[in-house]
Amino acid sequence: MREHWDKALRILAEEALLGALGDAGIERPEAIWVGNMMSGQLSSQENLGALVADHAGLRGIEAFKVEAACASGAAAFRNAFLAVAGGMMDIVAVCGVEKMTDTMGDATTAALAGAADAVYEGEHGLSFVGLNALLMQRYMYEHGYQRRDFAGFAMTAHRNAVGNPNAMFRREISLEAFERAKPIADPVGLLDSAGIADGAAAAVLMPTAMARAHGLRCVRIKASASGTDAVALHDRRDPLVLEAGVLSSQRAYSQAGITPPELDFFELHDAFTIMSALSLEASGFAPRGGGVRLALDGEIALDGRLPIATLGGLKARGHPVGATGMYQIVEAVQQLRGDAGRNQLPNCRLGMTQNIGGSGANIVTHIFERVE
Amino acid sequence: MADTPAATARARVMRPMRDVGIVGYGAYVPRYRLPAGEVSRIWGGDGPVTAKAVAGPDEDSVTMGIEAARNAMARACIRAEDLRAVWVGSESHPYAVKPSSTMVAEALGATPEILAADLEFACKAGTEAIQAAVALVGSAMGDYALAIGADTAQGRPGDALEFTAGAAAAAYIIGPAEDALAVLEGSYSFVTDTPDFWRRPREHYPQHAGRFTGEPAYFRHTLGAARGLMEALSIDAAQIDYAVFHQPNPRFPERAAKELGFAREQIAPGMLVDRIGNAYAGSSLVGLSAVLDACQPGQTILHLSFGSGAGSDAFLWRTTDRLRDRQGLAPNTLAYVSRAKEIDYGLYARFRNKLRLH
Repeated sequence: MREHWDKALRILAEEALLGALGDAGIERPEAIWVGNMMSGQLSSQENLGALVADHAGLRGIEAFKVEAACASGAAAFRNAFLAVAGGMMDIVAVCGVEKMTDTMGDATTAALAGAADAVYEGEHGLSFVGLNALLMQRYMYEHGYQRRDFAGFAMTAHRNAVGNPNAMFRREISLEAFERAKPIADPVGLLDSAGIADGAAAAVLMPTAMARAHGLRCVRIKASASGTDAVALHDRRDPLVLEAGVLSSQRAYSQAGITPPELDFFELHDAFTIMSALSLEASGFAPRGGGVRLALDGEIALDGRLPIATLGGLKARGHPVGATGMYQIVEAVQQLRGDAGRNQLPNCRLGMTQNIGGSGANIVTHIFERVE
Repeated sequence: MADTPAATARARVMRPMRDVGIVGYGAYVPRYRLPAGEVSRIWGGDGPVTAKAVAGPDEDSVTMGIEAARNAMARACIRAEDLRAVWVGSESHPYAVKPSSTMVAEALGATPEILAADLEFACKAGTEAIQAAVALVGSAMGDYALAIGADTAQGRPGDALEFTAGAAAAAYIIGPAEDALAVLEGSYSFVTDTPDFWRRPREHYPQHAGRFTGEPAYFRHTLGAARGLMEALSIDAAQIDYAVFHQPNPRFPERAAKELGFAREQIAPGMLVDRIGNAYAGSSLVGLSAVLDACQPGQTILHLSFGSGAGSDAFLWRTTDRLRDRQGLAPNTLAYVSRAKEIDYGLYARFRNKLRLH
C-alpha cells in the first residue's frame, strides 16, 4: 500500500472487498461493515456503508460505516463478529478503507485531530502528533529513557516490511537514521511515526463450523473485545497507562481462556513508537515503563519471544487510518494460515491484534487461533 | 495510470518540413546566492541543494532574458533584423497583461518587423518557446526565431520549495540546419491535465500538492516524453552522449536518468541545480547551455523539460562542426554559475519583495 493517486475511496474498498469475497468463495454476504474514519472530511463522502455495498455490486444487503477513529477497522470487525457470534447473521464481510491523499497537509492534519478531544485538545492547537509527543516526553522523563531507546520499534517494523510486497516502505532503517530523523513534534521524529497512506483491507466472517463444512481455509476468532477511556489525555487516570488497552486485552484473554505468554505474535498499533511501548504494557507483556525494554532486548523481532509488526506494522506497511485495523487482522490471518511468505512465523497458533483509536480512547483487541 | 509501451509505440516524432537547429545559445544567471543553510537557519529543516540564485532588486525575467538573448545573438552571428519571432516562456512574466517578448525584441533591436508573444506552462514554457521557434523556422515562415526560458521563481517563506526556487534564463536562436551549431533530430511532447502545482491570479505564491508532484507529475511526463522520443527514433541511452533534465532538485533528474538508462557522467555537465537552484522555465535550458559549452562536434544531447500542469517536451540535438567556433563567442554558463555573491535571508527577503512595506 502507498499513495494510490489513481484510486478513489470507493475503488479501494471495492477491490479489497471483492478480493476477500473471492477468497471465501462468497458472492453475496448478508451485510458489510465498513471501517473508516475520515471519508466525510477528506472525500466529502458519508453514507459509506451503502456506497461501498452498491459499488461492489451488493446493492440491497445491509451495510453500515463504523467509526472509532484509528480503531475503525477493528471496530467494524467487532460489530460484524457480534452479528455472527450472536446468531443473527451467517455470512458477513468487513472492509476497512481510508483515502488520505486527496487533501494536503493542513486539511489532513485537521481531520486526524478529530481523533482527539476537539474542544479541550484540538481548540488549543494540540495536533495528534503533539499529543503523542507529550506522552513520549513524559514517559522518557518518568522512566529514564532516551529517544534512541525507541528505535527498535521502527527498525523492527521496517526490517519486517522488506519481506512484504504490500508494504509501503520496504527498506530497513539504521539506528543512525532514526536518531537523525527530522523532528516533527519533539521528541517524536519522522521515523517514530507511521506515514499517511491510502489502502483497504477486507475479510469475510462466518460460523467456524460453516467454514469448515465448505472446506474453506479459515482462522478462528477466539476473542473479540474492546474498551474505552477518556478521549482527552488530561482526563486519563494515568496518561501513561492505556486503560482501554488493559480492559480490552483482559477481556480478550478471558474470552480466549489464555494468558499473554501463550501468544505467538502481537500485531500492535505502532502509529507512534510510544504507542508500541504503551500497548505492550497495557496488554500485560511488560510492567509500567517496561515496554521499551522489550525493544531494547530484541524480544519484538521476528525471531524474538514476542514478534510484533510481523509484516511491517503501521510504521512500514502503512497506516491508512480507518483501514489499519483490518490490515492487522488480515496479516494475523496470513500468519496463522501459513501465507506470510518470507515473514512466516514457524508453528504459530495464536495471534493478537490491537487497534487503538485516538491517543487510547477506544481500543479493540482480537485473538485469532489457527484451525487445523 | 501506467503509460504502457503499447501507448508510447504510437508516438510520432515531430520534425519540421526543413531541417533546423540551434544557431546561437546563451545563458544568464544572477550573481546573488542564498545558501540553503540560510533558509534552514530561519525555518529549520534541510534543503536538497547547496544554494540558489536570487535575482537582484533590479532584475526580472525580462532583464535576464535580454542578457541571455544577447549572448545567443553573439554566438549566432546574425543581425537583430534577421530575427522573425521572439517567444518568451516564463511563469514570472512581470505583467499579467503586457508581453515580456516585446521588451526583449525592442532591447535587441529586432522591432518592428517581428512576431512576439509570451508563453506559460509552468517550468516548460521555455521549451514551448523552442517548439514554436522550430515550427516557425521549419515551415520557412522565418529564418531565425528566438526562444527564451526565464524565471525569477518565488518560494513561499517556510515552504520546502523555498530552498530551491531560483532564477536564471537561457535563450536559443533557432535557424536553418545549414547555419546550426546543433541540429534538431526530432522533438516530442507528452502532456496531460495533472494539477500538481498552480497559482491563481491574485495569489503571490504558487501552491503545490506535495508528493503528488513526483510520480504522477514529474516522472510520468518526463519519462513519457523521453520514452516517446527515444522509441520513435529507435535510440537508447547508450547511443546518446548527454541528457539534460528539468531540475527541481537533484534527486528527481538523477532518478529519471537512471530509469532511462543514463549514467551519471552523461547527465553531470547539465546538472546545475545544486549551485543555482531550480530556474523553473529556465532550468533545462540553462542546463542545456552548460552541456553545449562542454560538447564536442558530432555529439547528441537528449533535452527534456517538465512543466507542472503537466507536461514534458523532449528534443534530440546533434552538435555540428560549427559548435567549436561559436562556444567562445559569449560567456559560458559555468562562468555565470561561479560568479557568485552570497547573501543572507534578510537581504533575500528584501530583494524578493517578501517584506510588506505598506
